[in-house]
Amino acid sequence: MKDIIYPVLSMGALGLVLGALLAIASKIFAVEKDERAEAITEVLPGANCGSCGFAGCSAYASAISKDGARINACSPGGQRVADAIAEIMGVQSAAVEEKVAVIRCNGTKDVANDKFSYTGIEDCGAISTLQGAGQKACDYGCLGFGSCVKVCCRGAISIVDGIAVIDTEKCGGCGECVAVCPKHLIEVVPRTTKYVVKCQSCDKGAQMKEKCSVGCIGCKICEKNCEAGAITVLNNHAVIDYSKCTGCGVCAEKCPKKIIAEV
Amino acid sequence: MPALIGIALTSIFVQNFVLVKFYGICPFLGVSKKLDTALGMGMAVTFVMTLASIMTWLCQKFILVPLNIEYMQTIAFIVIIAALVQFVEMFLQKSIPSLYSALGIYLPLITTNCAVLGVALLNVRTASVISSSTSYTLIETIINGFSAGVGFMLAIVLFAGVRERLESSKIPKALEGMPIALISASLLAMAFLGFQGMSF
Repeated sequence: MKDIIYPVLSMGALGLVLGALLAIASKIFAVEKDERAEAITEVLPGANCGSCGFAGCSAYASAISKDGARINACSPGGQRVADAIAEIMGVQSAAVEEKVAVIRCNGTKDVANDKFSYTGIEDCGAISTLQGAGQKACDYGCLGFGSCVKVCCRGAISIVDGIAVIDTEKCGGCGECVAVCPKHLIEVVPRTTKYVVKCQSCDKGAQMKEKCSVGCIGCKICEKNCEAGAITVLNNHAVIDYSKCTGCGVCAEKCPKKIIAEV
Repeated sequence: MPALIGIALTSIFVQNFVLVKFYGICPFLGVSKKLDTALGMGMAVTFVMTLASIMTWLCQKFILVPLNIEYMQTIAFIVIIAALVQFVEMFLQKSIPSLYSALGIYLPLITTNCAVLGVALLNVRTASVISSSTSYTLIETIINGFSAGVGFMLAIVLFAGVRERLESSKIPKALEGMPIALISASLLAMAFLGFQGMSF
């Protein structure tokens, strides 16, 4: 009889004591949980991209519930997430300005010349520190080693013909890729944007022509033809003010290099 | 004192829990992608191992042996370890929330980390392969538990360093991810075989 009672009692007592200790510990170490913040974290995409301006999804969630941050800041989540947050918070939903990333370089392998051929670590940041800022003759062009491809959480970027190309349907506009591009070629623009300038070169027109056949030569034809006055040529390349652009498409039509293109 | 140092060095290097005994491979592969989280996991495991060693040794000495129910060892030890892990989890959630969220699912998994049960069982077993023919005293147990944890931390931190480098290197398509991780783990384990010749 002892053989059964001893183990049963001792193990039972052990479990009871440990259980009681844990119960006490849970009171001491109780963490106050913000239920609304947790619910909001649930509905957020969870990519921690930071496009809302907060450190991550949970930081944004607690900012909404505690400090009343605006509920429509999540661009990757879009309207669906904003509506869900509005429901949790019990406020009126607000329209989300959806965004999309664009790559402002057109210099594919066959139109942009290389200075040298490169083999080594496949990382744009590393290559851009090499002699003359990368293997491309143009110092401002896309290197095409796909650092942006690696950080994209939606698989929206791919390397086509030696430059990065964004699939605008998949892109959520989080802006993760903006930070990794050593050439600062990626810009997050409102989804309503119609046209972008696909070149960021600051070289003068004559120099540019030697390096890349689709580089902006700063001819100012677009500037002169834009009725809305949305285009200015700055540092030898055209810049579109998206808030003024009406999307008429005259610039794209007139551009001799065809580097103003639809998003 | 030399015996204690011998025990410590043995369980850190010669009988490293991960790379020589192959205990605790799950967190070793799961939480070794980043150096910071690997370090955090290593510390959490060290803490749990040390406490578990003490608790299970006391349990063995004052409950199991006097009552002659050593066969309940596994169950009793698992209960104690599970309770300890719960405690560590609560503690981390309260005091270091960032580490808590970084460790994620692997924190509760320390419960079933066989390295912890392994060290607890090795501490109390009568014929120790390591040095003495009797089970460890309480001091030896604490040293062994702690240094087993340090050994785990050493292995996981070293491995995290290797994996961080793997991230930016060119790997054949078929080996990307877990295969290359396992291959590098095996190379690391072979390196640790170099300690085998040492005896303390």
